[in-house]
Amino acid sequence: MADTKQNGTGQPAANGQNGYKVIGTRPVRPDGVDKVTGRAVYAADVQMTGLLHGFVLRSPHAHARIRSIDTSKAEALPGVRAVVTADDLPVAEDKIEDLGEGAINLKYLSDNVLAQEKALYHGHAVAGVAAVNPHIAREAAELIEVDYEVLPPVMTVDDALAEDAPILLDTLRTDKMGEIGTEPTNLASFFRHQRGDLDAGFAGAHLVVDRTFRTETVHQGYIEPHAATALHSADGQITIWTSTQGSFAVRGQVCEILKIPVSRLKVVPTEIGGGFGGKINVYVEPVAVVLSEKAGHEPVKIVMSRADVLAATGPTSGSNIRVKIGVDADGKISAALAELYYEAGAYPGSPVGAAANVSLAPYAIDNLQVDGYDIIVNRPRSAAYRAPGGTNVAFAVESVVDELAEKLGMDPAEFRVLNGAKENDRRPDGLQYARIGQIETVEAIRDSEHYQSPLEGKYRGRGIASGYWNNWGGQSSATAVLNPDGSVNLSEASTDIGGSRASIAMQLAEAMDIEYEQVKARVVDTDTVSYNDVTGGSRTTFATGLAAYNLGQQLKKEMKRRLADQWDVALGDVCYEDGVFSAGAESLPFIEAAGLVQRDEPLMASSTVHPQDFGPGFSTQCVDVEVDPETGKITILRYTIAQDVGKAIHPSYVEGQMQGGVAQGIGWAINEEYIYDEEGHLLNASLLDYRMPTALDLPMIETIMVEVPHPAHPYGVRGVGEVNIVPPAGAVANAVYQATGIRMDKLPISPARLLEAMWAKEAESAELVPGDD
Amino acid sequence: MAKKIAVETTLNGEETVFLCEPRQTLLEALRDNLGLIGSKEGCGNGNCGACNVLLDGVLVNSCLVLAPEIEGRSVVTIEGIAEDGQLHPLQQKFLEHASLQCGICTPGFIVSSKALLDDNPSPSEHDVRLWLAGNLCRCTGYDKIVRAVLDVAEGDA
Repeated sequence: MADTKQNGTGQPAANGQNGYKVIGTRPVRPDGVDKVTGRAVYAADVQMTGLLHGFVLRSPHAHARIRSIDTSKAEALPGVRAVVTADDLPVAEDKIEDLGEGAINLKYLSDNVLAQEKALYHGHAVAGVAAVNPHIAREAAELIEVDYEVLPPVMTVDDALAEDAPILLDTLRTDKMGEIGTEPTNLASFFRHQRGDLDAGFAGAHLVVDRTFRTETVHQGYIEPHAATALHSADGQITIWTSTQGSFAVRGQVCEILKIPVSRLKVVPTEIGGGFGGKINVYVEPVAVVLSEKAGHEPVKIVMSRADVLAATGPTSGSNIRVKIGVDADGKISAALAELYYEAGAYPGSPVGAAANVSLAPYAIDNLQVDGYDIIVNRPRSAAYRAPGGTNVAFAVESVVDELAEKLGMDPAEFRVLNGAKENDRRPDGLQYARIGQIETVEAIRDSEHYQSPLEGKYRGRGIASGYWNNWGGQSSATAVLNPDGSVNLSEASTDIGGSRASIAMQLAEAMDIEYEQVKARVVDTDTVSYNDVTGGSRTTFATGLAAYNLGQQLKKEMKRRLADQWDVALGDVCYEDGVFSAGAESLPFIEAAGLVQRDEPLMASSTVHPQDFGPGFSTQCVDVEVDPETGKITILRYTIAQDVGKAIHPSYVEGQMQGGVAQGIGWAINEEYIYDEEGHLLNASLLDYRMPTALDLPMIETIMVEVPHPAHPYGVRGVGEVNIVPPAGAVANAVYQATGIRMDKLPISPARLLEAMWAKEAESAELVPGDD
Repeated sequence: MAKKIAVETTLNGEETVFLCEPRQTLLEALRDNLGLIGSKEGCGNGNCGACNVLLDGVLVNSCLVLAPEIEGRSVVTIEGIAEDGQLHPLQQKFLEHASLQCGICTPGFIVSSKALLDDNPSPSEHDVRLWLAGNLCRCTGYDKIVRAVLDVAEGDA
């Protein structure tokens, strides 16, 4: 293995180093055995007596007015227990609430769950059916008659902003940094970040590169389709079992859509088969609740098909992006402009705001301007996808940076070191950085065996790229119960997608100086702990880990207090070291103390946190590619990722995040895209035609964990889940340039696109050769 | 509703009889009629491998087999991989190598990997990647999955 580790101090980092006993080790996760034996219960696995099965009918049109819906034939089919449409939902208010990760207009949220006046994308839900089995539910849905007035579709940024563009939402007006427009529009909002003097910066530049780019819609691609089961109890309580990144986000959204108090709804998060940002919005949950209510309170389960997942959930935005960067003769960036046009899908809310911050974040720039446009189109309402918006814009910026370095005759890594952002520099919106590790990630790549090794052969090339993600803190709640045998039950509400039960338990164990195996971590429902934000924004190991650390400190402190009483000594005289409490001649190992201190009174602790100063993440990556000149297919020969991880709590799971993000980024770079026909029908809603990377498409992905500890976390944790997906598309594009001499300005760089570009270049160079016709 | 069919089969080594509708897939019958939830539906059309089982020792997508087709045949699912309460070496190595994140694809990968190793006890990295190209994982980038399978193969050699 080529894995190496470095940290900001230049000291080697080994397991359990820096005085840590648990942090830095690689224990097996608590849910591991259930997941390798098939016993783990995911959302579609929920079973109960009398369970009905739901099916959702979806619009066959990209843009259509719904004149009427006739459900009578469906209701008459034997085995059908309920049929619902948007008329079965309460009238939604046109107001904005933050119910998950970002603000949502409640009317849009409700209309996306079941279309009210208009279907706004191919696959938009229009009705739901509950029946005694899923086959009958599906047959019944086909009997529902929807009278549509088909309207012209608006599929891209250019379509949406055209002079005479059809309008998707009659009430939408452009929000220009607080100033609300007066005309109907598809431009939901516009904002600008600026500092310094852009014109002067470009005027004084030695060299300016100005390019435009296009990226296509992609899906998060989690392997588990969305699924939810709703149960009404006789006392009026409702329970939802669902696969979600945020049980409280589901509670909030469902309660707002259905206008019920949060006290009536309990959300139980099942095991979750991947999310990547796509399992925050609700889709089938409210439909299951209203179907269950209408079906005489029998429980209803809805499991989405893969085609429905692709057509109606996720995806993330396609985009048009312009990047213009100027440099002085020494290679220092003198000015930078980025214009970001992001497709939000059918309702406002693309990740263009986050993208703006990602755009130029790895660089120290005095004169910059970033403009963001949030644009609605007849595609599914976009959802967060791992570092939302970041991959699109980093593809554009890193392509321009690579071109600048090449024209300057500079090594692209040295260019990034020279211009690299560091402590006290500012990201595009002005936020000032604390200690960050961007330059360290570039140096780690520059000095790697991979980057230093020769790459020879025709049609082969090497590229590098950097990326930023701000990460997040958010709110977390957790409780810990001390058992008399010295074990600790840790209850937390951050759904565990990639091993966070382990990484959180490890922090509690470290804080208490006990074994990892003594901590039993479990993810609990919304009735059991207090509010907890989504597993998203790379916040869970950071923020819920902080709550776990606090629990450990509280339990230790209370154990000391009770021992001081028992031993009749002052609290300050009780020491705890190496798992043993002591005071003078008294001494007691932790496990015995756990029983002794609870002879008269049980012991538990709770912690709620909302950390504000979370540590941003940076990553720099290096890829070698080979292009097949016959087919345009790109083969990834070798890949190395360096990422500032702050402090790797569980190094294997951190490597896994890095490798997984890279793999998704490679798919985005070379294959994945939504393909629509002229009428706005999605043509590739299957995992055969929506082409995600397989094991055969990838090499081993070498990881370099750079550890620049985050100063505001007791163990230095930075979120590690997202930044890894930001650089791959830029790195691959830069490698393709080295391999072919072509700068690809569109994602994905699919075989067809690349082959066409290679033919065009051949034709062009043939014309330039005199006498060769 | 269609008339149900009684199907006699050997399921994870046990003689089993169950009722199913003719249109039910093996995957649906396993999960809904027989309560074996370990086989997962990721796509329903043979592209993701999350439902993979062994049918008379041959790897198949259980979503592409009709339940009545297993009459008189032998099926091994993820629930039949561990023996006598002991994890199969693949299951053990998947845990040690952190080869799973969300875990939804894991049963399919373990069944597929077992089929590979049953046929070829010492595969190359390329052999493993080629064989497992019918299983999609979106979390791991496959690195740690491939390492686990190679580790088991080396252990057996």
